[in-house]
Amino acid sequence: MDTVPALTTPAPLKAADTLSARDRRLGKLLLAPALVYIFLLVALPFLLALFLSLTNSSAGSLDFSFVGLQNFKNVVTNPVFLRALRNTFVFTFVSQVLVMVFGNTLARALLKNFRGKLLVRFLILMPWAAPISLATLGWLWIFDSTFSVINWMLKVVGWLGPGQWYYWLGDPTLGMVAIITVHVWRLLPFSTVILLAGLTSIPAEVHEAADIDGAGPFAKAFQITIPMMMPILTVAILFGTVFTFTDMNVVYLLTRGGPYNSTHVLASLAYQEGVLGGDVGRGASIAIFLLPLLVVMAILMLRTSRRAEVS
Amino acid sequence: MRRSPAQKALAVVAHRSVILAFTAFAIFPFYWMLITAFKQNSDLYVGASNTAHNPFIFNQAPTLIHLRILFQNTLFPTWLFNTLWVGAIVVIITLVLAVPAAYSLARLTGRWGEHLSIGIFLTYLVPSTLLFIPFSRLVALLGLQNQLGALVLIYPTFTVPFCTWLLMGFFKTLPKEVEESAMVDGCSRFGAIARVVLPLAMPGLLTVVIFALTLTIQEFVYSLTFISSVERMTVSVGVPVALVRGDVYYWGSLMAACLITSVPLAVIYNFFLDRFIAGFTVGAIK
Repeated sequence: MDTVPALTTPAPLKAADTLSARDRRLGKLLLAPALVYIFLLVALPFLLALFLSLTNSSAGSLDFSFVGLQNFKNVVTNPVFLRALRNTFVFTFVSQVLVMVFGNTLARALLKNFRGKLLVRFLILMPWAAPISLATLGWLWIFDSTFSVINWMLKVVGWLGPGQWYYWLGDPTLGMVAIITVHVWRLLPFSTVILLAGLTSIPAEVHEAADIDGAGPFAKAFQITIPMMMPILTVAILFGTVFTFTDMNVVYLLTRGGPYNSTHVLASLAYQEGVLGGDVGRGASIAIFLLPLLVVMAILMLRTSRRAEVS
Repeated sequence: MRRSPAQKALAVVAHRSVILAFTAFAIFPFYWMLITAFKQNSDLYVGASNTAHNPFIFNQAPTLIHLRILFQNTLFPTWLFNTLWVGAIVVIITLVLAVPAAYSLARLTGRWGEHLSIGIFLTYLVPSTLLFIPFSRLVALLGLQNQLGALVLIYPTFTVPFCTWLLMGFFKTLPKEVEESAMVDGCSRFGAIARVVLPLAMPGLLTVVIFALTLTIQEFVYSLTFISSVERMTVSVGVPVALVRGDVYYWGSLMAACLITSVPLAVIYNFFLDRFIAGFTVGAIK
């Protein structure tokens, strides 16, 4: 008699099997409004962006004709566009490397307990919580051509001699430095709190066990921390990259792409051409260049979430 | 792995320096806003080449003149009102769309619901810089140019995916027995949701309200694109676009506006940080 129940134990039911037909119908009904909205206001406009990039439509009128790949041909031969494309990659890559290095350092420091930790967490979070346009305005004042406090400090320590001056936003290189600084400042809290969540999720016993086994700090870093942090590190990098790659706020407010269109990124250039310049087709075709990297990021993110599901 | 007292002391100093350096970097612009907002103009506009004049401190008595100008002589109060008005409607639309969708994805759909939920989350990644051009067509077609209605229509494109995702995670943490027992007691599924699930989900709903509101307040690109009249602007656009005048210095009032808008948001974010992280980590930590 004891062996019989084992044979009749039902296979574990999956969530989908337990749903009644009525529940399923209700499920679709409840989901429909959000899906319809997302379809109408994200999916269709997205397709419209692709379509507009193939037309010569302008802001003034709703008339347009189909011009094929002409916009793209015009765009890729334009030096301003090529500069913006390069800037976008430099901007994204340099900001992300800095954010990851600083974010890891800071997250590790915040992992320890110390007095005033809550206050420090609040202060460090501020750049992410503040509206980006207003925070950038603060930096605009810090980088001001006449009153820059950075220049004052450089003067005081003797870095800038008499007659020497930095025009932070009036020089292509310094402009990029300023743009990257603001972006790192803005994204650092976001990456830090995500990395911190990852570090906190590694159980202390794992480290203790490694200590008992005599693992050194390097072995611990490469065999425990980094592998266990991989999923969360990926998440931080993916979001950071997407937010940086598609951002136009910082560039638009700090330099407006100047001087002489030397500090544009794709997003700010698309805005200048498509909205300010009124050449909708051209602006759309510039914005489309954001797409390949976004698709790669989306695929990577899907793979990360699937791996997390499996493990 | 014993460490000498000297090494320990060194580690403490290193730790403190890292914390101090990053905190200083993070808050410096806010300190700068604060001191600028209360400085007299003659103390403010000295020029950075004058090394004898320390810009970090009040060299003259602080003043409230910039705050008075901001509230009495600019449209800042109007912009605040516009922002909160748009925010309130966007929050309502977000709740109406995201709550049922999130519940459905958490409870009433099986395997395909999980895939769909990731798909919805990915739409949060479609950037405003890709969509503002087609939206400008749509807004023109609907006759919403230069209307706050354009923002009300478009802002849910980023609040709905993010909030659906957050809420779905929240509904999943509630035990299923909660509504099952209510349904055994004679409630319909709808009744169980209204009477049992939603009250239990209040913390989750509150989080969503906060995030929909803060994302709306922070938004810049769409507002810049669709609103051209100064009196209809939101704070995030009105301050940088309509308060900055080429040759007239308004830095005191400008920095006051930035500070007044930023600090409450920072306080709110701090309270809801953990849920916010949970929304982004996409199941990468358990």
